[in-house]
This record gives sequence, structure tokens and C-alpha cells, in this order.
Amino acid sequence: MRFEAPTSPEDAASLLAATDNARVLAGGTDLLVRLRAGQVEPEMIVDIKRIAGIDAITSEDGGWRIGAGVSCAAMGEHDALGADYPGVVEGAELIGSTQVQGRCTMIGNLCNAGPAADSVPAMVAAGAIAHVVGPKGTREAPVFEIPVSPGKTSLAKGEFIASVYLPPRGARGGDAYLRFIPRTEMDIAAVGCAVNLSLADDGTVEKASVVLGAVGPKVIEAAEAAAALIGTTCDDTALAACAEAATAAATPIDDKRGTVEFRKDVTGVLARRAARIAYTRAKGETS
Amino acid sequence: MSRIHVTTTINGDETEYLCEPQDTLLDVLRDELDLTGSKEGCASGDCGACSVMLDGRLVCSCLVLGAEAEGRAVETIEGMASGEELHPLQQAFIDKAALQCGICTPGILVAAKDLLERNPDPTEEEVRYWLAGNLCRCTGYDKIIRAVLDTAADMRGAA
Repeated sequence: MRFEAPTSPEDAASLLAATDNARVLAGGTDLLVRLRAGQVEPEMIVDIKRIAGIDAITSEDGGWRIGAGVSCAAMGEHDALGADYPGVVEGAELIGSTQVQGRCTMIGNLCNAGPAADSVPAMVAAGAIAHVVGPKGTREAPVFEIPVSPGKTSLAKGEFIASVYLPPRGARGGDAYLRFIPRTEMDIAAVGCAVNLSLADDGTVEKASVVLGAVGPKVIEAAEAAAALIGTTCDDTALAACAEAATAAATPIDDKRGTVEFRKDVTGVLARRAARIAYTRAKGETS
Repeated sequence: MSRIHVTTTINGDETEYLCEPQDTLLDVLRDELDLTGSKEGCASGDCGACSVMLDGRLVCSCLVLGAEAEGRAVETIEGMASGEELHPLQQAFIDKAALQCGICTPGILVAAKDLLERNPDPTEEEVRYWLAGNLCRCTGYDKIIRAVLDTAADMRGAA
């Protein structure tokens, strides 16, 4: 096995494209576990953290660009990012322990393509765009299109995600992410739900997105649950309709973390609660 | 494949070592540099016994490759005391019997020191969440949490 730490995105893409079975190393909190367990035996590890600017959170055209080397802990410490996208940040901060937070990255979480990835639903709800670098150049892809099925992404050979862009928050916007785990800390979501809202001048919901995690082979956009909130003030009737639609959209499996019936029910509960928090935040009230 | 030559700073001292691409920072600390205070518990980032600081961030050294440490700054449990003088957390753990077998203790001390530098006045809940990634199978945690809270109070009083 070789270890390379290129300093430009082009060099990283060349190395990845030229090697069979090369692996990208960002935070390493999944890759090193798999290496040690013998689950992966790459010919080359490409550490992308030496690429200039990849560890930066930058304001760009009213939105935020988050580099692939940014740890989730660094996201949690960035007050302005947290003010615009508290839901994205709280998803990222739910991953692992303090030690894991210091290394793990939101883009690594995305590229592992785990169905229960905590940072992904809020990114999708925010309409986040991945900046993909590859041997043939760069392209922009909605974060929703990156995971395909458990462990599989739509990235081609040689491609990696250098950053993710969160669009401008707007004056009356808010988001939230909630998950259910059997313990209180350091566990994998049995259900995750993110809600992102923009309000009109009169305080009704103008745009909504409801996105589910851990209840399907990949992240789910619950369009009918979002539609139930449009034009409302997230009153109890609207929240009940949103919850019912979210439950209907969930397609979980039975496993040790919960039954199908339980997880579908919890999906509705989390959708209702996350919508209420997102609405409160969008109105500029504390939650 | 030749071994990788790494120059890094460990506990303030410039250090050089050779490592294989797959060697973790924990492997290097223990097997190459004889810094055996950091322990290997799970080797999968769950137990925190190998906790070190890397460029000011608390990390599991079992989840860092040795090659990644090039040009970085690493702090381990061996750098916590000032010569013969123990850090207040180390002294408190002894005085309050906040350890039994001791395997988890170096990692907990490194993690607790980082917490108190960031937050000199943490609540019990904050201490428990901060240390959630440091597993101890002996103590039941209560004496550890109390030792950290008491040390925080003492250090605030002394400041």
C-alpha cells in the first residue's frame, strides 16, 4: 500500500484515477476502522487534507462552502454557519464521540453512503450541492444524487468531493435535524429527519423540504410531507398531515435497532417535531 | 516499498520516525517512540484509551495514520506533567481514586484537560458528554466525573 498526500485537487484526482482500488482519506474515522478490520485493502491511500483550502468554511455568494477536510467539531464551533444552518450543524455534531468529532467530516459521512448517515438529511433538505473533482475536470451535483445504495455512491473512478455548498439562507429560513437512537449518545440513527423551511412575509411557509434518513437504502425526500407544510403556519393540522405523509414515505427494514412499524411511526413523530423547530427558527425565535 | 519518513512535533519536541503506510499514530507512538502511555483498547475509535491532541484537536490516535502527522503537533499523556509536578487532573485522579486498572486513565486525562482548557466551568452533563468517547469498565464513571469537576473548581479558584 502507498500513502500519498497531494497538495492540489488535480493531483489528487490523477492519483485516484491512475490507481485501481485507491481510497480517499479525509477524517479517517471510517477508513481506518475498515483497514484494521481487513474489510478494505487499498493499493493507495490519498490523504486530501493537504490540499490548499480544503479545511476551510467560507462565505460564498451569500451561502457557505464547506471543504472536505473540515471536521464536524470545526463546524460546531463556527457561529455564523450555525446561525444560518443549525440543522445541518446539529446533524454533523451528532456523529460519534468528542474524539471522532475532531476528525470526522460531513463529506466523508456522505461518501460512505451509509443509510443512517446523520449529516446527510439536513444537507439534502438545504439543497446542498457537491463540488466534484475528477480526472476530466469538475462538476456540481446535488448532494441527494451522491449516495445510491448502502455503501455505493454515484462518483466515477478518480472522482472525489472537494467541498459542499449550502445556498444562501435568506431572510426567513430555518432548519432542524432530529434522530432517534436507543441510547442517549454515540449510536446509529434508527430514524433521522431533517426539515428546511423558508417563510413568506406573512409568516406562512413558502418553501419546504422534509428529508428522511435510516428508513430506506438511501436518504429519502418526502415531497408530500413537505407539501403539507406549504402555505401554513405549521399549525397542528399541518403538522399532523406532515407526520402522516412522512410515515407513509418511510421504507425502513426490520433490524436490531427497530421494527418497520416502530420506525415508520417514529418517522412521523420526528417530522412533526423537526418541522416545529425549523419553523420557530425561521421566524427568528429561539428554540 | 520504502518506509515513510515523518518529521513532527511531539510534546513540544521535534521528532522523526519511519513508518509503514498502514501504521497508525498509536502504533508509532507505542512501538517506534516508546511512548506507551497511550493505550490500545478497541483500535476502532470507540474506547478513547489512545486519545491524544493533534494540532489542538482531541483525537483517537488509532484513527490517525502515522504518515498523517508530518508537520503536525502531537501532545500525549507523557507531556501532561511538568517534570515531576503532576497536572492538577492527574493529582486529583490519584487523590480521589478515580481509577482502578488504569488502562483508560491516560486517555481520560488527555480528554479532560482539553475540556477544561475550552471550558473551565463545565456542568456535570457537559463533562459526561465530553467524555462519552472514553470507556471505563472499572469505575462506573462517578469518581472520574467528580475528579474532573473538583479539579475544574480548584483550577478556577487558583486562577
